Amino acid sequence: MSAHADTHAHDDDHGHHHKETFVTKYIFSQDHKMIAKQYLVTGTIMGVIGILMSMMFRMQIAWPEEPNVLFEALLGKWAPGGVMDADIYLALVTIHGTIMVFFVLTAGLSGTFSNLLIPLQIGARDMASGFLNMVSYWLFFLSSIIMLISLFVEAGPAAAGWTIYPPLSALPMAQGGSGMGMTLWLVSMAIFIASSLLGSLNYVVTVLNLRTKGMSMTRLPLTIWAFFVTAIIGIVSFPVLLSAALLLIMDRSFGTSFFLSDIFIQGEVLHYQGGSPVLFEHLFWFLGHPEVYIVILPAMGLVSEIMASNSRKPIFGYRAMITSILAIAFLSTIVWGHHMFVSGMNPFLGSVFTFTTLLIAIPSAVKAFNWITTLWKGNLQMNPAMLFSIGFVSTFITGGLTGIILGDSALDINVHDTYFVIAHFHLVMGISALYGMFAGIYHWYPKMYGRMLNKNLGYIHFWITAVCAYGVFFPMHFIGMAGLPRRYYTNSNFPLFDDLANVNVVITIFALIGGVVQLIYLYNFFASMYYGKKAEQNPWKATTLEWTTPVEHVHGNWPGEIPHVYRWAYDYSKPGHDVDFVPQNVPLMEGEEELQH
Amino acid sequence: MTALLTIIVLVFILVAIWQMVKIFDLAQAKGENSSVATEKDNTMNAYLMMGFLAFIYIITIVCFVKWGDLPLLSNSASEHGSTVDNLMVISMVLIFFVQTVTQFLLHYFAFKYKGEKGRKALFFADNNKLEFIWTIIPVVVLAGLIIYGLNTWINITSVDESDDPLIIELYAQQFNWKARYAGADNTLGKANVRLIDIDKANILGLDEADPNAQDDIITTELHLPVGKPVLFKMRSQDVLHSAYMPHFRAQMNCVPGMITQFGFTPTVTTADMRQTEQMQEKVKHINEIRVENSKALIAKGEDALERYEFDYLLICNKICGTSHYNMQMKIIVETQDEYDAWIKEQKEFKNSLIN
Repeated sequence: MSAHADTHAHDDDHGHHHKETFVTKYIFSQDHKMIAKQYLVTGTIMGVIGILMSMMFRMQIAWPEEPNVLFEALLGKWAPGGVMDADIYLALVTIHGTIMVFFVLTAGLSGTFSNLLIPLQIGARDMASGFLNMVSYWLFFLSSIIMLISLFVEAGPAAAGWTIYPPLSALPMAQGGSGMGMTLWLVSMAIFIASSLLGSLNYVVTVLNLRTKGMSMTRLPLTIWAFFVTAIIGIVSFPVLLSAALLLIMDRSFGTSFFLSDIFIQGEVLHYQGGSPVLFEHLFWFLGHPEVYIVILPAMGLVSEIMASNSRKPIFGYRAMITSILAIAFLSTIVWGHHMFVSGMNPFLGSVFTFTTLLIAIPSAVKAFNWITTLWKGNLQMNPAMLFSIGFVSTFITGGLTGIILGDSALDINVHDTYFVIAHFHLVMGISALYGMFAGIYHWYPKMYGRMLNKNLGYIHFWITAVCAYGVFFPMHFIGMAGLPRRYYTNSNFPLFDDLANVNVVITIFALIGGVVQLIYLYNFFASMYYGKKAEQNPWKATTLEWTTPVEHVHGNWPGEIPHVYRWAYDYSKPGHDVDFVPQNVPLMEGEEELQH
Repeated sequence: MTALLTIIVLVFILVAIWQMVKIFDLAQAKGENSSVATEKDNTMNAYLMMGFLAFIYIITIVCFVKWGDLPLLSNSASEHGSTVDNLMVISMVLIFFVQTVTQFLLHYFAFKYKGEKGRKALFFADNNKLEFIWTIIPVVVLAGLIIYGLNTWINITSVDESDDPLIIELYAQQFNWKARYAGADNTLGKANVRLIDIDKANILGLDEADPNAQDDIITTELHLPVGKPVLFKMRSQDVLHSAYMPHFRAQMNCVPGMITQFGFTPTVTTADMRQTEQMQEKVKHINEIRVENSKALIAKGEDALERYEFDYLLICNKICGTSHYNMQMKIIVETQDEYDAWIKEQKEFKNSLIN
């Protein structure tokens, strides 16, 4: 609200920008819209690699140790005769997790939409610091490159699981991937964290300071609330992972004993004494758990916005939505121990974490009910973005409910680290966040590229993906309850699990179809940039400010003055108006009452 | 070969989809703005929503019928196992009730309120009463679950020393397990990996001077007397491992540099478990699968798979390196007499050293 003077000063500036060269426009751009697109394309490429990896290890699980031409072609020396090696299996699992969680669903999702939407929806010319924003992207790019380089080192990439628990990740003698592969992993992640922190600081500052006249915090679209709170969680928790990574580097390279003690490996006693791997687990999950909310909150924001606009109805319970975002954010920082119920941590501490963890179900339930009520008596426009949003709520509920089991320490004992966990988190934060991301892309593609995505390809993409997502992850609950541990290269050494082999085949077939179907989306995404139908200024008839900007991007977002805001973001189908949406920059009619939020 | 075929099939599916889209696009060429959902799209997707709801229900039922015999849920073999299972069943019933109802509402609303031209949505932005209701219901339900859950957890994790539990050390290393029985004094001798002396066969690093260590017994199979409380002390010599004994609803990580513990009382002997109807059915089913798989192996000139017989297992459930997938130890629960006979045959530590 204090930003008017500032933005007016900026207005005068506008018009005589420096001439843009190819390099400043497309590569070292400081324009938030271009940076958003850079994040999206980089995230997409990483996503393709991550999904391809999962398809490979799924084939190994379904048809263990069978020669496979694909493995031979892609894995080279790691698949002699086309049979996947056990070490590379673990590496694939590890890098798949790392890429999907950090590079796709953190940077790809938050980086893309925070950058694109924060200035556009709050009515700002750009981010608070365009330069830091550019640095943030290029650090992310650098960390992606280093992560990909780590795939090609002699002894293999990191293979200790994406949680890289020491001592396995600390000792090259314990595992090949813990040598150069792990060093690169740690360096890549350290740079990634720096990138994420720069981005988050920028988001927070921009939201607090650069809102246009009339854009009070309680008139912000829920997307902005979600990005804002996400950035705060990131600032609070990412540094802790950085410190864990740095201490691990010290243990690995400089002989300290933060996480290691009393180790006898390959016939010799190592010098480490006094450290504890459990300490690393605490530090890791202090980020690791908030991380899942860093992933899911932006998706929730996008979905709330898309649902309201496609239902032609206000989001139900705007205040409750904000409150629940804040409650989730707060609780997310005090539940990390539920990943460690059987780590050897004091059982009393376990009870505390059970208590806080199950509390998270309350704001989550409020959100789910509010979304469902938003649909009630709406006039639903079934655009692909809307389908993905409904899909999001569906998988969020299915995946979220099993959290009641995993968060309960007594029940966690028996399903901890089994396929039950995989089913749970893939549905609740993997697939859901991916749906949120897809929904966002289908909805804001016209804003990003000035063209529309093909809707029919979108429908096919959604429906096949939706069926495959359930086909893959629903049966996994059951093999998990049967006791099958995760991260097993093959289950053939356990006749006990022989009757689960056919389930794994079913899952893999769904996974392969689901993976291949993403090609339709990729085709749609890249082809529509050039051949898509030209977008109108406000194709979805939405109320938020980004749709008042011209289709062709201009530096500074609005060619003229920045619009002022007179109402909240959800005046859809408001009685007394002829049209079913009233943009935020339309002044109140005479006698019109503003809803009190 | 299978994989190659799969890939070919997938490519064909892709081509088919491609063609379908072309037809779609051609059919709609005359639509005014074909990039935004039309009334026809709304209707089609609304019906697909109901179809998808049916799919969710069907996949739930199929999973329960086909794979939901919950082999491990229905026959826990430890004293605390049945309380865990009760809590699990209560949680599951609750989850499936909520899942069924909310998925129905979500998809049904998506169907019922599909967009139609000329209709206006209801301007319904807030209702404190509703918000209150769906905040307070989860609060009450979760309060119940938390109290029940914590009660169970505390019962499981608190060790009652007055029960005089049998003390056994579980020792993990890449990639096998060893068990160390405390011997007649039921006190484990001091140990540290720095004392490991392979030449003398002191593989677990016991303190050779500690009198308590002399009668310790190191084995590669875990024998437990039925009905007697056991307290496991876990140790690892290299990386993290997790001692997972699914049939006993027991799991605890083994952490280098510290000793962790978990206790339970086995209630069903291996022999009795093999006789239960459910287990016989399961084993029969698994053996049918193994006979079927053996045919393919024999055709390739390899040996057939061995017949499966049920045994309790201790398996590693924390990623620990290359052969993580094959780190297991057999657990045999037997009567006290059988156990006494077995333990008498094992070598005590002082006699197992090579001097």
